Amino acid sequence: MAMLDLALLDDLSAWEPTASDIDRALLAPTRDLTDVAALLHAEHRLEEIAMASRHQTIRRFGRTMHLFAPLYLSNECVSECTYCGFQVWNRDIVRKTLTPEQVAMETRYLKHLGFRHVLLVAGEHPKHVSADYIATCIEAAASEITDVSVEVQVWDEETYARFVDAGCDGLIVYQECYDPRKYPQFHLKGPKRKYDWRLAAPDRAARAGMRRIGLGSLLGLNDDWRFEVLALVAHARHGLKAWWRSDLTVALPRLEPAAGFEQPPHVITDRQFALAICALRLALPDVGIVLSTREPPHLRDGLAKLGVTHMSAGSRTEPGGYSDPGGAEEQFQISDERTPADVRTALEAAGFDPVWKDASPVFRRATSGNRI
Amino acid sequence: MKAEDPLLIAGHEFASRLITGTGKFSSGPVMAKALEASGTELVTVALRRVDLDAPEGEDILDHLDRERYILMPNTSGAADADEAVRLARLARAAELNAPDGRTWIKLEVTPEPRYLLPDPIETAKAAQTLVDEGFVVLPYIAADPILAKRLEEIGCATVMPLGSWIGSNKGLRTRDGIEAIVAMSSVPVVVDAGIGAPSHAADALELGADAVLVNTAIATARDPIEIAHAFRLAVEAGRRAFLAGLPATGGASASSPLTGFLDGDA
Repeated sequence: MAMLDLALLDDLSAWEPTASDIDRALLAPTRDLTDVAALLHAEHRLEEIAMASRHQTIRRFGRTMHLFAPLYLSNECVSECTYCGFQVWNRDIVRKTLTPEQVAMETRYLKHLGFRHVLLVAGEHPKHVSADYIATCIEAAASEITDVSVEVQVWDEETYARFVDAGCDGLIVYQECYDPRKYPQFHLKGPKRKYDWRLAAPDRAARAGMRRIGLGSLLGLNDDWRFEVLALVAHARHGLKAWWRSDLTVALPRLEPAAGFEQPPHVITDRQFALAICALRLALPDVGIVLSTREPPHLRDGLAKLGVTHMSAGSRTEPGGYSDPGGAEEQFQISDERTPADVRTALEAAGFDPVWKDASPVFRRATSGNRI
Repeated sequence: MKAEDPLLIAGHEFASRLITGTGKFSSGPVMAKALEASGTELVTVALRRVDLDAPEGEDILDHLDRERYILMPNTSGAADADEAVRLARLARAAELNAPDGRTWIKLEVTPEPRYLLPDPIETAKAAQTLVDEGFVVLPYIAADPILAKRLEEIGCATVMPLGSWIGSNKGLRTRDGIEAIVAMSSVPVVVDAGIGAPSHAADALELGADAVLVNTAIATARDPIEIAHAFRLAVEAGRRAFLAGLPATGGASASSPLTGFLDGDA
């Protein structure tokens, strides 16, 4: 894909910047990909970088933190991804697909907890998780709550337009591994195997009118984490021009243990992870940064101060997990098991105003009926 | 108490020329104290953040004293005229009205989320509809003097040109445009974005703007309450300086006439 220059990304990932390269990256009024690479190689100057990142974040986003909850629709999946608990050969797990009524019930439960933004998540299955099914679930959730996003298999533009019409405000599509030379070794079978089709999904969604687009890389697959961060920045920069109307977020979820797997490979330390978050902030000053409950409480609380603007809280990663916990297999193990109320208390203690609602049903197309 | 030099918007007199926003604060109580210190009487709040279903004490409106402040809901997040109009109608339905019974709307139509620049075409469309429906409309615009006049002709209560990109804290980068708007406008001119320091606010008032709207610079300062007070003083200082008539810059100005001798009878 033209939006990613692999040779450049390889060079920058392997680069050894000088002290003055890093100075420039820290002080430059605008930063290019070379500056980002310099920051990613400047772990010894993390404190300075963190200060710049915090400053930038507060100026643009203030002292606020957006909270949302994932809502797992189905763990049925025909894809074979080497790192995921939902994958097709994992025959020992309990499979479950929520009915639209159950989706509405789970959404109501989340609303009761304070959430006004849910992220509908599902595996890839042509029958159990069809476009019709997803559109119906979006309608069910959108009739209860102001802000509905999806993180499901990738679709064509027409299907994305249907989702928008049904009341979907945002699309999360993580590329997982931005290096096309390594991508196939983690994605063995199923729709997710098509790297280019997945990479261009945000372009299709934005053309279909999707208001928010979330990009990300799953750290722990590609052993070259700097390549992934640089590629994510490059992808986001493409988006800033190509999807100028859409609000953009980025994320760097780290691989967590899932059913049937050993401890995932350790490719990035906590300090390097913090550095990556700060580099994203300094490279993309106006873009939201999302952090999930994959990370433990002390890291979440610390990273909240450096550049993160959006957090999930109280997450359950199995379908029906809020109103019927333990009824199905979870996608991965979460590390921050605090309740939304506890997360909120921690945020407030750290000087953040938790933002639960940041959307309005009037932002939805008339076709969705603007219900609530 | 009647103010000596009131700001008149839509028939309402304000003693304070500082309008404030409510976003980006670390908590509702901090916001409430900062607003109090600012002396503001007109406060804008994003409708997309208002949550009428929230438990008591949890919604942003719960921290705003409606006796003290006139509430001006804003349409931030609206990408086109239609969305802005529908948000405004929601505000009216929720009775987020001023004491005069009308709904005051800070009209923001921003089709992209980065610079949050106002779309002039959609803004004018929405303004026409909202004025026709009886709203008091205060539109956020780029510093375009012709657009400002067109919005005035539509019936907007003020025009609110940006000083620099919203949240940028860069001050009056659009100075020439704002000067022309001040010179041409018959409705109050409120400089609405980019005011990053009390000195910027004083600057805007000195050049003849009628008021400023400040949010980020207060909400994200180390001490929002103290800086709110500083903004109050700066706005007062800027206004007084404007009324006093600033001395001209660039040339010398003699304190007594240089050509007075020509009028003499000697």
